[in-house]
Amino acid sequence: MKIHRAEEIWLIIGVAIIVLSMVITGYQAFAQGFAPPSGMEPIDPQKVDETEPFDNPGVFEVGENEYEVVMTLQAFSFTPNEIEIPAGATVHFTMTSKDVIHGIQIPGTNMNAMVMPGHVQKITETFDEPGEYLVICNEYCGTGHQLMSTTITVK
Amino acid sequence: MELAVEKTSIQDKVQKALGVNPQDAKLSLTFLVISFVAVFIGGFLGLFQGLNRAGLLELPAWFDYYQTLTMHGILFVLVFTTTFVVAYFYAGLSHTFGGLLPIVRKLGWTALFSMVIGVVMVASMVIAGEATVMYTFYPPMQASPWFYIGLVFLVLGIWIAAAGVFIQVGNWKKQNKGQRIPIFSYFATGVFVMLTFSSILVAVEVFALIFWAFGIKETINVIVSRTLFWGFGHTLVNIWYLSAASAWYVAIPKIIDGYRFSDSLTRLVVFLLVILNIPGGFHHQIIDPGITEGWKFVHVFMSLSIGFPSMMTAFAMFAVFEKTGRKKGGKGLLGWFKKLPWGDVRFLAPFIGMVAFIPGGAGGIAQTNNQLNQVVHNSLWVVGHFHLTVGVTVALTFFGVAYWLIPYLSKRQLTPQMNKLGIAQTIFWTLGMIFMSGAMHAVGLLGSPRRTSYSTYGDHATALGWEPYLIFLAIGGTFLIIGVVLMVYIAFNLMFLAPKGVTEFAIGEQDPNDAPSPMWLERWGLCIILLIAIVAMGYAMPLMEMINVPGSPPIRTW
Repeated sequence: MKIHRAEEIWLIIGVAIIVLSMVITGYQAFAQGFAPPSGMEPIDPQKVDETEPFDNPGVFEVGENEYEVVMTLQAFSFTPNEIEIPAGATVHFTMTSKDVIHGIQIPGTNMNAMVMPGHVQKITETFDEPGEYLVICNEYCGTGHQLMSTTITVK
Repeated sequence: MELAVEKTSIQDKVQKALGVNPQDAKLSLTFLVISFVAVFIGGFLGLFQGLNRAGLLELPAWFDYYQTLTMHGILFVLVFTTTFVVAYFYAGLSHTFGGLLPIVRKLGWTALFSMVIGVVMVASMVIAGEATVMYTFYPPMQASPWFYIGLVFLVLGIWIAAAGVFIQVGNWKKQNKGQRIPIFSYFATGVFVMLTFSSILVAVEVFALIFWAFGIKETINVIVSRTLFWGFGHTLVNIWYLSAASAWYVAIPKIIDGYRFSDSLTRLVVFLLVILNIPGGFHHQIIDPGITEGWKFVHVFMSLSIGFPSMMTAFAMFAVFEKTGRKKGGKGLLGWFKKLPWGDVRFLAPFIGMVAFIPGGAGGIAQTNNQLNQVVHNSLWVVGHFHLTVGVTVALTFFGVAYWLIPYLSKRQLTPQMNKLGIAQTIFWTLGMIFMSGAMHAVGLLGSPRRTSYSTYGDHATALGWEPYLIFLAIGGTFLIIGVVLMVYIAFNLMFLAPKGVTEFAIGEQDPNDAPSPMWLERWGLCIILLIAIVAMGYAMPLMEMINVPGSPPIRTW
């Protein structure tokens, strides 16, 4: 099998792109802690209301300007909704779905996670800029999917 | 070696004299009729979605946005592509081997009927509003059980068609021991091996869903279903891509009057794509819960590895173009470029398809990297991406094939007028996709979600900021629908109206200076073992972690 010299160079460039993006992605994920949301804890989707912490969804202060939001997603709403937090707050979201697959995204931030029945999903986001952030469901979840939204107000 | 060349040229002459086997032509043409009807209906449904997202059209309650979207996806993703692939490979095998074996022809028709039954069941459930679940049908959203049974018929059709291909190629191999299978049948084997193995995954999922939808099984494992689906879904995408690549490697050299690229490297690309493909499905689940960060990282490699054979293909295509252009007298660094047959739609359409794969592939590499995926996951960016790769690269290549495949089958000719119309079609299609896909990429980065009907989210400033981009979905859609109507007209013209004549099935010849390919590339058993090994490596551990997640009962939210 003869490979032309030019093709060898071309393929080395190709391999370099693949390796470089692996290195950057790996470094960001494991050294800088930017890995994508990967909640590993299971939960019975039929008993969400009786299972801690989802028996009491809400916003809880857990440290200095640090909050935990315990949230359930269901067709077609977020509980709690219309959250208010101070500027610069770090928010740990702990979420699950009570019915079908949903997704949570806050445009303008890196917050984007699938929230699926059977799993506790976790993601952390820091809100530095004040403003009213739009929170949407980004996985088709039924007739009212386009209405499933809320806001996070950062003051 | 020389003897072999002589033998094939005699065979070619015989085939040319006899033309296409009429019975095989009928089979392939029937598949193509279904394929282009799907393009026609699916195209209009796509336009309606574009108009809706631009805020210009409200879809009626009896066939709402999500039904429209579900049908659009099924018609393009499942019907158009699958029927086209079967038509094309069956026609090519008939040409290569001097007619299909009677049993293979029978299997072809059985596959057709099975697919038609499946599509009719699936489509009627969607129209009835009993299956507004998208073509991905993620549980625990539960469609009517008949929707899933329809899917079983579709998968059965795929397997039957695949069996036909394996019997046809296997029969030739038995009669020609120790020889390399002809290049076209090499691609056919690769495509149908991938189809067979990937559809096993979705078949397992669908069987579980049927028991669940009928109430025999109380709950379904959501993440396992999703994982099995994408093991199939992503491979399906690469099956179209490999089918398109087969036309690039095999047919295009003939059309531009050159030789095929190195036979060894061509076969190696097919081999690699078949082995590496299936675990790529994981990159649809990068921000899912239930899969560890470590596995997600491993799967970045699994997905990106497909980039390697794609780079080989990019090189091969331009090498063929340059060689051919220079042979025709192109001088200097880029003179060969002008010598290519730009006025020939059979070349122009697939060429644009290849070019679209440059940004399409680059965007794909970007979004497969975990953190970058998190930025665009489920946004319109992704829709823009696959309208470039599937909607331009694959679709324009398939259209480019149709300009000679259909007249070959119908014993007609592509007239200069139809060629001109084809060029207009290609331009409308390309412009439409540039507007639409470009806007989708941009607005997706800003966070506008996919699979969501028009919404301003209570006039929120963020959502209102997306509107100027979304207008381009309607503009692009309008260009595209002109492209759809032109293409369907051309296809049916070539089937029934174009002047009678002889059109060749385009198979490029091997360069006389090309060295024979190594024999290990003929060992499909080895290929399949490696494929299974890679699938096992990619899936066994993650699935073990998923299997004990509590299941969900059926839910209907539409």
